[in-house]
Amino acid sequence: MAGTTAEYIQHHLTNLTFGQLPDGSWGFAGSAEEAASMGFWSINVDSMGWAIGLGLVFAFLFRKAAKNATAGVPGGLQNGVEMLVEFIEETTNSIFQHKNDLIAPLALTIFVWVFLMNLMDLVPVDWIPKFAELIGIPYMKIVPTTDPNITMAMALTVFVLIIYYSIKCKGGIGFLKELCFHPFPPIMAPINFILEGVTLIAKPLSLGLRLFGNLYAGEMIFILIALMFGAGAVYFLFGGVLQWVWAVFHVLIITLQAFIFAVLTIVYLAQAHDVEEH
Amino acid sequence: MNITATLIGQSLTFVVFVWFCMKYIWPPLVTMMRERQEAIAAGLRASEEADKKLADAASGAEAELAKAKDEAAAIIEQARNRANQMVEEAKDDARQEGERLIEAARAEIDQEMNRAKEALRAQVSSLVISGAEQVLEGSVDASKHEDMLNRLAAEL
Repeated sequence: MAGTTAEYIQHHLTNLTFGQLPDGSWGFAGSAEEAASMGFWSINVDSMGWAIGLGLVFAFLFRKAAKNATAGVPGGLQNGVEMLVEFIEETTNSIFQHKNDLIAPLALTIFVWVFLMNLMDLVPVDWIPKFAELIGIPYMKIVPTTDPNITMAMALTVFVLIIYYSIKCKGGIGFLKELCFHPFPPIMAPINFILEGVTLIAKPLSLGLRLFGNLYAGEMIFILIALMFGAGAVYFLFGGVLQWVWAVFHVLIITLQAFIFAVLTIVYLAQAHDVEEH
Repeated sequence: MNITATLIGQSLTFVVFVWFCMKYIWPPLVTMMRERQEAIAAGLRASEEADKKLADAASGAEAELAKAKDEAAAIIEQARNRANQMVEEAKDDARQEGERLIEAARAEIDQEMNRAKEALRAQVSSLVISGAEQVLEGSVDASKHEDMLNRLAAEL
């Protein structure tokens, strides 16, 4: 293990960032400080790479199943895919009562993709970063959902959809009315607007930050457990047991978080479609 | 941990994957699953129908069998009656025929007997006459004793 404990942790929490270096040239940041100095116009190459890669895994597997799909006796892959599709379809139908062909595929994509990204958390924390270091890549965060950029990007995309469908279903005026005339009588419109506005803004924030927070905390605990491996035989054993226990527990968390993200997306979009009478 | 253009990149990626899923993954899978549901439902319906048909056929066959049994029993009964009747008739015929034969035989026997009696009577009367003639050589006047001879012949 190179450097101090703090450096070790810091290393694990730094993204591989591509952007404009302080000297004006473009390249990968050599440290967390350098990455921070790049400002908004930089990109977390590792997060994006893993996210796209895992998204492609999802797209490829499901496309393969969809292509070979037969109404006859299904094979192994088709069974698994069908199970997920049916699960998402049932969930969507129970929450979302309107007609919209986007919602169910959106929920499926979110559920499977977020699950796959979360799943990377179960890969022992040092394997891939160490390997990357050996081939000359300084930083490598393999769990995209521990990067707030990734989770917030998805949450904001859902937010855009919420606004879009709200205006589409209720009209611009109707949407404004909903924000202003509720929950108090119309005379208190400004207060209503502030309250409803906060509620609205809270949706993408809670959606993105919940996923980020859970996964970030989980990753942090894996890193802290990994620290124990270098502290003697007893700690090594204890750490091994802890890692196993936390990993088992984490299987639940990553599935649950993926499911929560998908279900809340459906719920928010269902609310956007509901034309309420006041 | 900084908010960067990754946000934009991930948003675009997200949109692309959702679009792909909506266009190429969801519809074929759901369509196929509906088809399978239909096929299974149709299969179940068909098997139910077949079951019903089978039950119908079984009860029909049972009824047919019972009918056939009844018919057979009736035919056997009829045949037995007819056989009994025939036997009775044959017996009657045989009895009548026997009686007739016996009657005929008896009549023939009577006839035969009478004929024999006649013949014997004639022979005896001639024997008696010749015997008496020999015994009474010349003394017997045929005309004188004709009465007695005739009585004798009648007695024989």
